[in-house]
Amino acid sequence: MSGGQTWFILGASSAIARAFAREAAARGADVVLAGRDDDDLRRTAADISVAYSVSARTATFDALDHAGHAALAATLADTQGVLNVALLFGIMPEQAAMDADPTLAIACLDANTTGAISILHRLATVLEARHSGVIIGFGSVAGDRGRLKNYVYGASKSALHTYLAGLRNRLGRSGVHVMTVKPGFVDTAMTFGLPGMFLVAQPRDVARACLDSAAKKRDVIYVPWFWWGIMSIIRVIPERVFKRLSI
Amino acid sequence: MRKVALKLEGWGRFTHADCAAARPERFAEAVAGFSAETGQMGICLYGAGRSYGDCALNSGGAVLITNRLDRIIGFDAQTGIVEVEPGVDFRRLVEVFLPRGWLVPVTPGTGFATIGGAVAHDVHGKNHELDGSFGQHVTALDLLLPDAACRTITPSDGDLFAATVGGAGLTGFITRIAFRMKRVPGGQVRVRERRAANLDAFLSAMQDAAGAAYAVGWIDAAARGAALGRGILETAEPASGSFVQPPERARRVPMEFPSIVLNPLSVAVFNEAYFRRVPPDGRTRAVPWRTFLYPLDAIHEWNRIYGRRGFVQFQCVVPFETGARALRDLLELISASHQASFLAVLKRMGAGRAGFLSFPMPGYTLALDFPRGAGLEALYAKLCAITLDAGGRVYLAKDALLDAATFRRMYAEFPRFAAVRQSVDPGRHIQSDMARRLGLQDAP
Repeated sequence: MSGGQTWFILGASSAIARAFAREAAARGADVVLAGRDDDDLRRTAADISVAYSVSARTATFDALDHAGHAALAATLADTQGVLNVALLFGIMPEQAAMDADPTLAIACLDANTTGAISILHRLATVLEARHSGVIIGFGSVAGDRGRLKNYVYGASKSALHTYLAGLRNRLGRSGVHVMTVKPGFVDTAMTFGLPGMFLVAQPRDVARACLDSAAKKRDVIYVPWFWWGIMSIIRVIPERVFKRLSI
Repeated sequence: MRKVALKLEGWGRFTHADCAAARPERFAEAVAGFSAETGQMGICLYGAGRSYGDCALNSGGAVLITNRLDRIIGFDAQTGIVEVEPGVDFRRLVEVFLPRGWLVPVTPGTGFATIGGAVAHDVHGKNHELDGSFGQHVTALDLLLPDAACRTITPSDGDLFAATVGGAGLTGFITRIAFRMKRVPGGQVRVRERRAANLDAFLSAMQDAAGAAYAVGWIDAAARGAALGRGILETAEPASGSFVQPPERARRVPMEFPSIVLNPLSVAVFNEAYFRRVPPDGRTRAVPWRTFLYPLDAIHEWNRIYGRRGFVQFQCVVPFETGARALRDLLELISASHQASFLAVLKRMGAGRAGFLSFPMPGYTLALDFPRGAGLEALYAKLCAITLDAGGRVYLAKDALLDAATFRRMYAEFPRFAAVRQSVDPGRHIQSDMARRLGLQDAP
């Protein structure tokens, strides 16, 4: 990637976001790490400025604080060079817990869908006016099909996929590219120790795949790539069969 | 801090433990989780899982995995002092700092080990005689004590520092490590390899090479009779030139090998080939630092070569005065047992050590792997007895089989460690399988 890039990373405390920030910085980009845990973000920012000699700073971001999103987006309007956005936050309460307590299901949608659209909608306007940049939004393979084990989380990501597709259509007209990422199982806090994990990818590999694909202006990617095959099969199972499956 | 039931194992895959494990990614979460633990079996710290035995396992208790606390939090290019979180590993420090002319001052033989673990075991490298142990390069530590107080300690803090460095993680949660890197002139190292026909030739060649910056010997532990102790001595000096390291081409051992793969014949064939790789009159070549420091890191999960049964690594150090005799006894016992695998490592050590339970002493250190098999415990006990008789000790980062009584006789400064441990952790907030096995948490 050429010089003068900045990545604004939303939900920067997670393992994937940390790996993404490091990989972007290794390719010469400045990073702005946004999230709630400022002490932790400052540690990551220190790591990145020491290791890659780029500018790394932090910003306070809370997905649920919709009122603050406009002001946060406005602070980025005068960023030098090309401004890019990576939306990497999300929560995944256990399905059983959400079934028992509907407020958890609502919280999941609040963060993953409403919170994401709230901040992206503000940032979209900023990038649209700049006529440049890339937005990477993290969906999930769980959003491709409503499954017994993960359907509320899946619904929150499915809605985000649809939103990102529309945003891609809108912003493409202004020279801004939007890429949807659908990760499979990644070795993060979200999946640590969960039973039934297989073919688990490392955060660093996911980060690399995202940046490589964004540079090629891909629209929708699965990471690792073979999840495209897995989900293609899962998508074509007829609903009358699928509704009896426990996958 | 979310804990999940997990079966953890040491690198040797010899010991397993059912633990309630957490792997926090945020610093505050780790600190709060460590202090909030109230279980009867306590909590132990686990880095990258590169210690061979049970020092980072806690059967029935909690385990805090630190390898996601992996940030470099500061670097001073004037002094070379770097500050890191405990889960930063050697590979990353080499990747980040070697291009700028800085190298870790001391490193174990794998770059996957964490800096937290390096302090907890006061690790050494191939440069111990000249540069000492890792803990001697540490300038400050942040230590979260079992009572939730956080202390910054330096070498001048005396007993708490000396109990923490090499203390197997039993005095507190090391949350920040500051240590001094060293300057190197280039990205390569000039390695000289030569054959040694037997143990005497080996020891005298090592003596002649005692001024070398780095020195390591590879011994054919299956050789017997006149060839007992034959091997390859490798010495190395930093070389100038480009800092660019070649791209890493790692392979992964795809599965656990069947036990039959490793047998006395395959070991003998491998060792013969390894010995003959170096021409009779030796050779000298320049190799990248990473290749020299971490030869096995190019084969990910090499521990699977031993199959499901796992293996133990025996590493001892014996004083120079009694060492030649002790090494001969050890090697004779090992070659007669037909249980040794592949290569053994022989190095000289100096006096450098930073903690009460630090492994190094001036002498020879011998390390080798044994796959799990009948008679292994008895053989290990005999090796320990020879080591003890010679006035030496075994290395806790590798050990899975030592007993508490022998441990106490090997580690003369244990009472000083135990006194600190009693004062900082009377309630046994921190525990581990090794601590219980060796009585590390007992009174002095």
